[in-house]
Amino acid sequence: MPANPFNNFTDYGIGIGLRVPHYQHILSKKPVVDWFEIISENFMVDGGRPLYVLDQILEQYRVVQHGVAAYFGSADKLNREHLKRLKSLVKRTKTPWLSDHLCWGSVDGRFTHDLLPMPYTREAAEITARKIREARDFLEVPVVVENVSSYAEFHVSEMTEWEFLTEVVEKADCGILLDVNNIYVSAMNHNFNPYDYVNNIPHHRVAQFHIAGHSKYRKYILDTHDHPVIDPVWKLYARAIQLVGPTATLLEWDAHIPSFDEVHHEALKANRFIRELAPA
Amino acid sequence: MKRSKPTVSSANSRRRNKTVAAGLPSADGVSRTRLSLRGKDAPVSRARRDAAVVCGNGVATGSKGAPLAEIQRAVAGAIMRPLAPRWRMQPTSRTTANTFIKPNDRLTSFERLEIYNKQYWFRLVDCFYDDYPGLRAILGDRKFGRLAKAYLARYPSESFSLRNLGCHLEKFLREEPKWTAPHAELALDMARLEWAHIVAFDEATKPVIDVDDLLGKDPAKVRLGFQPYITLLDVSYPVDDLLIAAKKGSDGLRAEASNAVELSHKRAARLNFRRLKPRPLYIAVHRMNLSVYYKPLTQEQFEALRALQRGATLDKACAKAERAKPVAVQKWFQAWASFGWFCRW
Repeated sequence: MPANPFNNFTDYGIGIGLRVPHYQHILSKKPVVDWFEIISENFMVDGGRPLYVLDQILEQYRVVQHGVAAYFGSADKLNREHLKRLKSLVKRTKTPWLSDHLCWGSVDGRFTHDLLPMPYTREAAEITARKIREARDFLEVPVVVENVSSYAEFHVSEMTEWEFLTEVVEKADCGILLDVNNIYVSAMNHNFNPYDYVNNIPHHRVAQFHIAGHSKYRKYILDTHDHPVIDPVWKLYARAIQLVGPTATLLEWDAHIPSFDEVHHEALKANRFIRELAPA
Repeated sequence: MKRSKPTVSSANSRRRNKTVAAGLPSADGVSRTRLSLRGKDAPVSRARRDAAVVCGNGVATGSKGAPLAEIQRAVAGAIMRPLAPRWRMQPTSRTTANTFIKPNDRLTSFERLEIYNKQYWFRLVDCFYDDYPGLRAILGDRKFGRLAKAYLARYPSESFSLRNLGCHLEKFLREEPKWTAPHAELALDMARLEWAHIVAFDEATKPVIDVDDLLGKDPAKVRLGFQPYITLLDVSYPVDDLLIAAKKGSDGLRAEASNAVELSHKRAARLNFRRLKPRPLYIAVHRMNLSVYYKPLTQEQFEALRALQRGATLDKACAKAERAKPVAVQKWFQAWASFGWFCRW
């Protein structure tokens, strides 16, 4: 299953996040990288250096947009200004698919700039799916949603997180960006079996994977993206690859960022699982 | 005409959206000394008043059936409420936590919601530290932290981009100078310069017009547009030099994108500004070849440019520089046009 409608029938391989400390290395050394993921909102500006750098990258590499502020799960309506800028960037990058998070983060026009967990209710699934469909229709590109890591659960929830994810993506008819590190973090924080999550989602909708490192504290785990991927997360990724097939995979490393080569080397470890475990 | 001063950070990209999977100090003892939070409470939401049905054991279950919008309004109210001293969530958020958030075997409802409350404040204040190194150097870390929290409590983010976090800061400093006393005027000047820097970094460039295009046209009818990235500033202190010094002494502006909140900053580079005398200064903050520059102007240049920016015709703008020789004024305009400052009105 190297390609599906949710990643626009592409076969992108192993990517890494485009981060400022690596700009100079990438632009001067032009390393071989399958693709880069950008944070959409960092380039939703009108001019200056961000767009210049992006254009330089686009001349050499394939780029996929990953957003952090669409807030499909917020009860508020979609932010039209945000969508317009997003669409303008989509035209620039020609991203084959566009991802954002299955979360909320704004209320009454005020932004928390966080990826807040959803209450897993049917009403929330309905609202979220409707907004994803609206966004996809406006943006004219496949939209995929990523499961977030979380530290809290709602009393009002009527289903598990993976059931909620499934209900949303089925209703929206969209893809999934499956973050296996986030599954692991949430599983540890909420006492569920991460394999139940990976086993029970619609695998044919997985358009992309995220892998990352995290930090463990005494009472909970934080999704810090500042370490290599730990073995239990690689094992979970291996199981996901068995179920989904070889699918575009991206390593996130966002704090205490090491050299480009170190980040890329860590990301390429995913290839071993894809070669050995993907179904023929 | 003096050369513009290239700014220390001009070669760096600025960090914008720093969203967040995490990276906050934990309840396990990691803390950030720069936060000591106080401020006004967010309004108590209707959901909090109406939906909470607190049971005898203090655990509320009244959120059943609450519409999504009400749940989110109540929870966001608690998350955005200023922290109490010692980096704790305000006790007044306990009802919200118990009403909406499940406890687990390690954390109470309060502690779980508190993670998000801390994360919110650490992230936003962190961005403020990055965006205002000059103001931070003037005030010192502790006072700057208090200002940041008071500002963000009064003007929460209304933009999808953290780039716009400081867009009301000038207004806030004029409304509440107590946060920067006894250096209110200097701080205000610095805040204006630092916001102008943000604007110059990534605002749009419109197609430029050439001065030659204006030849033969009636100056009484010509209006010139200004590039959106240019800000004209009249300040009372030489804050341009001060900001450059502050950036040299600090860790500068950090990476553009991140999904984590870093736990510590280098301390602010304290500036020796005690002997700094007020000196009126006129600056055009602009961008050239992707770098941000602070270009000193004479008062007459400033007045002429400001008149143009406000929509005056070319002859009226030039009249602001009546003491300058026409030849000199012509050279000014040629230079500004060569910087690409003018576009169609």
